[in-house]
Amino acid sequence: MSTVRAILRQAFAQMNRNKMMAAASLFSIAAILLVLGIFLIIVVNINAMARDVQDNFDQVQINLFDAVSPVESQEMMDEIGLMPGVASTEYQTREAALESWKVRWGENADLLDRMPTNPLPNSIIITLADIEYAEGVVESVNAMIGVESINYSQDTVDQLLHLARVVQIVSLIVILVLVVISITVVSNTIKLTVLAREREIVIMRYIGATNWYIRGPFLLEGIAIGIIAAVISSVAIGFIYYYAIENLGHDLAMFMPMGFVPLRFVVENLAIIFVALGVSIGACGSIISMRRFLER
Amino acid sequence: MIEYKNVSKKYGKNIGVEDISLRIDGGEFVFLVGPSGAGKSTFVKLLLKMVDADRGSIMYNGYDVTKLRPRTIPGHRRSMGIVFQDFSLLPKKTVFENIAFAMEIVQKPRNTIMKQVPMMLDIVGLREEAKKYPQELSIGEQQRVAIARSIINNPGVLIADEPTGNLDPDTGWEIMRLLEQINRRGTTVLMVTHSREIVNAMNKRVIAIRDGRLVRDERGGLYHPEYDDEPEQPKPEGALPL
Ligand SMILES: Nc1ncnc2c1ncn2[C@@H]1O[C@H](COP(=O)(O)OP(=O)(O)O)[C@@H](O)[C@H]1O
Ligand SMILES: [Mg+2]
Repeated sequence: MSTVRAILRQAFAQMNRNKMMAAASLFSIAAILLVLGIFLIIVVNINAMARDVQDNFDQVQINLFDAVSPVESQEMMDEIGLMPGVASTEYQTREAALESWKVRWGENADLLDRMPTNPLPNSIIITLADIEYAEGVVESVNAMIGVESINYSQDTVDQLLHLARVVQIVSLIVILVLVVISITVVSNTIKLTVLAREREIVIMRYIGATNWYIRGPFLLEGIAIGIIAAVISSVAIGFIYYYAIENLGHDLAMFMPMGFVPLRFVVENLAIIFVALGVSIGACGSIISMRRFLER
Repeated sequence: MIEYKNVSKKYGKNIGVEDISLRIDGGEFVFLVGPSGAGKSTFVKLLLKMVDADRGSIMYNGYDVTKLRPRTIPGHRRSMGIVFQDFSLLPKKTVFENIAFAMEIVQKPRNTIMKQVPMMLDIVGLREEAKKYPQELSIGEQQRVAIARSIINNPGVLIADEPTGNLDPDTGWEIMRLLEQINRRGTTVLMVTHSREIVNAMNKRVIAIRDGRLVRDERGGLYHPEYDDEPEQPKPEGALPL
């Protein structure tokens, strides 16, 4: 117990003494966590998007030109209803479409209100008896007059899943590289202080201090730096995500019918990841920096 | 209690010690003499396992120091007290903290530390300096602090590598009196020195080494001119401070 207290006391004294190097390590860890956080946010949002689209897999949405009248659209629905594999058809006004988007956007729904005009078209939503009919139906519908575009989930799902996989792989690589870089930066900055204290470490070894006792203050210092960096970057990522939703949300609205993954969920989970990573980076950095000054 | 058997240690091509065999019994007071670079510090570092022997064995309290596992080395060192010419004290700790540090690493409870450190400071006559930092003390005072730290945990052996090397003669004698006192309490003392006056006056066992080899081992020995130095040689790159 007195050992723990002695080590703690030394750790804080040490951080205070090495403000510059502590700041450098802190900055590098925080920067890395931030980049990591941004990647993760992109990944979870793409994943959520893909999942949402997948839920509506058995539906084909026919977007109509504004010029198509209600009567004409009813005729189209009748015709479509006779096609093989079509279970039901439903007319969705642009107003109704906007409402359903608002529901799905939840806490960010007000972003939609701020749009000057409703960008959504009137549409016919076809529910298929089975997904395998999708292509045939899409082909037939495509030939009809008045059809502006068709949202056909399969493509979107495939594209999103592919995109998500690419982003995941890229971010995994980027994250690994960043973690290695940050461990190097941290261990090098800590090494400078270790070097400055080499005499002291030798004296401690002569007197019979254990490796862990000598390492203790440096290790705690690294861990403390990691935790502080994690807190800073958690707060920062919260702000970044908040403002991204506020500002970009507007432009991205068209592509994100289900809205963003909620801010709180993202920040809470990122904070846990950040603390774990920050602590590991700080600890690894300090252990690596001391290796050659200790017993074997 | 300490027995070297055919111990050799080279640093690359440099000879540290070569085929040293000798025995030191519990309670002895031994001078280790020889010119600079003779291997005196290497002899001491081998006992502390700050360097590893290439050959031979060093028995200490029933175990072979050369075969110690890394985990057991700190405990081994704690069983001895160590004082060296400089580098002895931790510069960022006060006198009190320097001595307390030796107790902290053997996990002595705080209240024992608070009690025993002042007692020890009394013994070495530095009660008033407890809150000072090493650099605020004279070199002789610093050396007394180092001695206080080295014996605070009642080690069986006290190793002093040129403890009077940087001191004026009067202060040097003060240190010698302290070491003799410690030896009378039963602690084995192994002292490396260059001082003809001290060796001749103390009338103790004298072990002389030269070029890493044992050249003389006499009880009640005197200082021979051959132990004297050519001018101080520069330390090799990367040498451990001792
Ligand atoms: N770390 C080291 N690397 C290389 N050579 C060393 C090292 N330490 C000591 N030596 C060499 O070993 C020899 C003995 O050194 P040392 O034991 O320090 O002698 P002394 O203490 O008697 O002056 C010297 O020639 C010295 O140059
Ligand atoms: Mg020496």
